Formats: sequence, C-alpha cells, structure tokens
Amino acid sequence: MHDLYAFLVGPLMWAVAIVFIGGLVWRFVAITRLARKKDPYVMHYLKAKWTLRSWGAWLIPYYPRSMRMHPWVTFFGFLFHIGVILVPIFLLAHILMWEEGALGISLWTMPEWLADVLTVCVLAGCVFFAARRMTVNEVKYVTDWTDFALLVVIALPFLTGILAHYQIFNYKFMIIFHILAGQAALVIVPFSRIGHMIYGPMVRAYLGSEFGGVRHTKDW
Amino acid sequence: MSETATATKEKEKDLLQPIYDDPGVMKGLEKLDEATIERVINQTLEAEGGARLKILVETCVHCGLCSDACHFFMSHDRDPKYAPVGKVKQTIWEMLRKKGKVSKEFLMRAVQVAHTECNLCRRCVQYCPFGIDTAHLISLTRRICHKLGITPQYIQDTAHSHSATYNQMWVKEDEWTDSLFWQEDESRDEIPNMRIPLEKEGADIYYSVIAPEPKFRTQLIYQAAVIMHEAGADWTMSSLPGWDNSDMCMFTGDLEMMGRLKRRHFEDAMRLKVKRIVMGECGHAFRSIYDTGNRWDAWESMPVTIQHSVDFFEELLRLGKIKVKTKIQEKVTIHDPCNIIRGRGLQEKLRTVVHAFCDNVVEMYPNKEHNYCCSAGGGVINCGPPHKNTRIVGNSVKADQLRETGASIVVAPCHNCHGGIEDIIHANHLGMELKFLGDIIYEHMEKPDAI
Repeated sequence: MHDLYAFLVGPLMWAVAIVFIGGLVWRFVAITRLARKKDPYVMHYLKAKWTLRSWGAWLIPYYPRSMRMHPWVTFFGFLFHIGVILVPIFLLAHILMWEEGALGISLWTMPEWLADVLTVCVLAGCVFFAARRMTVNEVKYVTDWTDFALLVVIALPFLTGILAHYQIFNYKFMIIFHILAGQAALVIVPFSRIGHMIYGPMVRAYLGSEFGGVRHTKDW
Repeated sequence: MSETATATKEKEKDLLQPIYDDPGVMKGLEKLDEATIERVINQTLEAEGGARLKILVETCVHCGLCSDACHFFMSHDRDPKYAPVGKVKQTIWEMLRKKGKVSKEFLMRAVQVAHTECNLCRRCVQYCPFGIDTAHLISLTRRICHKLGITPQYIQDTAHSHSATYNQMWVKEDEWTDSLFWQEDESRDEIPNMRIPLEKEGADIYYSVIAPEPKFRTQLIYQAAVIMHEAGADWTMSSLPGWDNSDMCMFTGDLEMMGRLKRRHFEDAMRLKVKRIVMGECGHAFRSIYDTGNRWDAWESMPVTIQHSVDFFEELLRLGKIKVKTKIQEKVTIHDPCNIIRGRGLQEKLRTVVHAFCDNVVEMYPNKEHNYCCSAGGGVINCGPPHKNTRIVGNSVKADQLRETGASIVVAPCHNCHGGIEDIIHANHLGMELKFLGDIIYEHMEKPDAI
C-alpha cells in the first residue's frame, strides 16, 4: 500500500505534471503558431490594453450584462471556478506535499474550513451545472455525454478528497482514489474542453482587442 | 408516433418550407453529390478554418448563455434551434463532427440557419463568457454554402451584380450618373446654385452610397447633396464603378469578390485624390469597408480615411457647419444599427444628432451596443421574399420594444434596418414612421441658399 502511494505521489505525479503543463503549453504554442500562419490579422489586432480591459470586466462578478441576466449561473460559476483553482494549490495537505516532496517549496495555505467551503462550492457547482444541462432547453439541446463526463471528471477529485479528509468510508482506499481522480483530471485538461482554461483567456483577449481597438465598443 | 413527436416533425417541416421555394438552394442541391459535399467542406475547413475556427469550437463549453442575446431565440418562445449555439450545432459543428460527410437534408437546414436565421449582428458575442464569435462560425458556414453553390437566389443575384457591375443593383454606368444629374436638376427648384460635384479631383470628401440609393431611394442622395451644399463641404461623387460601397459578397461568403469590391472602392477614392470617404447611412457597407473587406485585402490600415455619415453629421453639427432650424416635437425613438454601434461605437454621436433635432426622444431598451438587431441585416433581407416571414416572425421582440416606446417616429441610420423595421412596423400594425438621419436633418436644418 505504501509503495503504491509512494508511486502515485512520486513518479506518476511527475508524469502527470509533465502531461498537464506540457499539454497546456503545447496547446498555447500550437494555436499561436496556427494563428500566425493562417489568421495573421488575429495577431495584428491583439493589443494588451484591450485584452486587460476585457479580462478585467469579465472577472468582476455581475459586471457584464450577461452575468446579471443569469445571476445563478454567475454565482455558481464564480464559486466553482475559485474552488477549482484555489483548493488544489493551497490546500494544507497539498502544500505539505509540495514542501516535503521534490519541490521543497513552501506556500501560503488556506484554512481548512475555507477549503471545505470551497470544495462544497465546487461540488454544488457541478450539481447545478448538471441540473441546468438536464432542465434548461437551450442548454439541453447542445449537451452530449461528454459535457456530463467533464463534470464528473472535475467533481470526483473534490468528492473523494473531502471524503478522505473526513475519513468517511475506507481512508486508504479513498486517498488512493482521490489521487488517481485528481491525476486523471489533470491529464484530461489539455485534451478536452477543460482546455478552456488556456483557450478561454486567449479567445477573450482577441475578442476584447477587436471590440476595443476596431469596433470601439465594449464586449460585455 | 407520439403527438409531441408529430408536432415536432410538423414544426420542422414548416421550418424547411421557405427553402423549398428558393431555387438558389434547391437547384444547387440537385447538382451536388455526397463526394463533392465532403470534398468542398473539408477543403474549406482545412484551408480557411485556421486557428479561429479551432479555438472557437474547442473553447465553447455549451453553456447556452449566448441564447438570450438572440432576437430569433427570444421571439420563438426560447426555441433552442434559434439559440446562437444551437445554430452552430446545426451547421459547422456537424460538418466538423462528421468530417464533411453530411447529407443534402442537413445542408438544406444549414443554409436556412446560416442565411436566414442569423443576422451576424454579433450580439451573442457580447453575452458569451469567452467571447466566442458565433458570427464568424456562421459566416464560415455561408462560405461553404457559397463554394457548394447553394446560396439563396436573391442574395446570389446581388452578388452576381457586384461581380458584373461593381454595384449591387445592376445599375449601369450611364444610369448612375443620370440619377445624379436628375437629382441635381431637381434641386434647382429648391436651391438654384446647388451642384452634385462629379469627378472632382482633390476634393476633401468622396461621398459613396449603396446601389439601392440610386435604384429605390434616390431622395437620399438629394438630401445628402443638400446637406453637403449647405454645410459648404468640398465634396465629390464618382462617375465610375467604385461609387457603390455595398457588399453582399461579404455575406454570401464570396470573399474573393468582397476583396475586389473593397479594393475598387478605395482605389476609386484614391484616383480622385480625396482626403476621406464619407459614406451614406448604411451599416453593412461600413462593416465591409472598415472591418472585413480591408482584412481580406491585407491592409494594415485604410488607404483612405473612412467615415460613416452618423459620424460626419455629428461633426457638421459640432463645427457649426449646419444649424438646427426647427425641432421635431413628436415622440421619437432611436434604433441602433449593429454594424455602426456594436461595430463602431457611434451610439453617442447618433444620439447627439437625434437630440439636436428632436425634443422628445424616448429610448427603447436594451439599447446602444446592447440593441436588438432589426433582423434584416447580415444579408437576411437580401435573401428575398421566400424568407420574409422568417425575419419578421423571428423578431417579435423588436416589435415589442418599438411598441413600448409609444413613439410615432423611429430613427434608424441604416438601409437594412429600414427594410427590416419597416416590415416589422407593418406586420405588427405599429403605425410608426421610419426616418434616416438625412431625412430629419434635411427637413429641419437651416438652408440659407434655399429659395
């Protein structure tokens, strides 16, 4: 059991990290090269000023009209994304692994209660999004099994994580499951629509630049 | 079959009906076979899809937040088929998913979606959390339809006109100059010393219009000429092809022709060595010159400065070149054309001009860059009579907006908006009068030279 654990958090974690980071870098580089080759005007219109303006506007909850029109999606959307990004990085147990593991670095850790709250937010977000996919007609129409699969991929590490933390069910089994689920999620990111974590800001950068620099209007 | 399923089938049949009336699509489909369809789609996606297609399709998380932005969706009881993402699903997604192996039935629906149920107004782009450019994806679908030869007949006819005459309405060269002489002649009764300068080299302004102006709305040229004259503008019009700034080829996906049109327009202005192009009250032409055609021609910036008439009228007022004589007292509302508002941010200048001439302006909401499209733009009205009801029924939200203002006059500085809103006003018995800025300015400005 210990050997398995050591393997998972050791060599396998390195492999996963390489695939995750390498995959995202590869996606960024590949799409940028393709844009340079086939859509050169994309690069021409891209401007830092409008990019930052657009990013800023869409990072403020309820600022864009679209967010105000869908208050619950905005509410769950923000909490979900905050949890998805912060918990894996700043959770105490994870930080200890960074510190004791190969990286040897120490980071700020979030209080356990906050991690719990955010984890619940992520899970609630997954349930909310899944329910929305099943009940809202315009979303249902464009939903297929992959959309649900992605929610499961995100939900599993958080669900198993909190279960392991509170030692519900078999801890040893749960922690192994948690590690594997987390690693699976990381590996899937660059090869699925969760890749929007890198593509999303890129699309917005371009669109923000067009709206700001060419169309002289707001994109929110 | 259950009742619901039968009803759905019936509804789908209804949706397809107008396409059967469109020989441009039906005759085109007859000539196609599956191998050709697959080859053309894949070649186009491969050659022109590029990074934008890839990133837009792969980033979309199918959240549906774009839906509320679309007047078609809102006007059809939130039917998901009319949601922007729903339209993408019925067009380019399927072509990508099936790697071009799509049926003629699929294409029949795809043409209808791309050409008659999306105005490329880009409102949904503002409502997508990522800013996914649905209009780009629908335009790409139209490009594929163009290459397959299944573009709706009426708009294809205008594209043919562009390629044969460099104007949209089959206006012959002598007919064009004749129209200008005719308007000049007419004006002598009102302003004896008025001229419509033609071929004046080195003028400050090259004034261009869309071909429907000499063809159907010649009074607009008259009015613009009076405004230019009274403002003391140093202006000219061209006698040669290039005078028409419109561009239906941009909407049919005939991008090669779009590039030629824009090049001719600018080259004609350069031939006359003018300082700037001022164009009439049209939205799509502005988009084509300012945002789309110039990119195809790979110009870093415009070879000649381009100015929309809303911008120009505001400048004339600001500089005191024209003065307000009388003001409209009736209730007036403002329609914001997508291509010059969401496409160029002219909303405040538009209001400056309208408020200068109207005492009682009431806004319709949402407005400015969040306006609902007229449902005629994006080449939809140009697809002609078979599809007229699609755009009228598909924009009941605009009718509601107009009704709620209680206004008796609607100002819309765009030709397509005029066509679309006029139909909406009639179909919904709104009893409103529709005006261009030129109509208002001409009627209510000081005209010292007039008899």
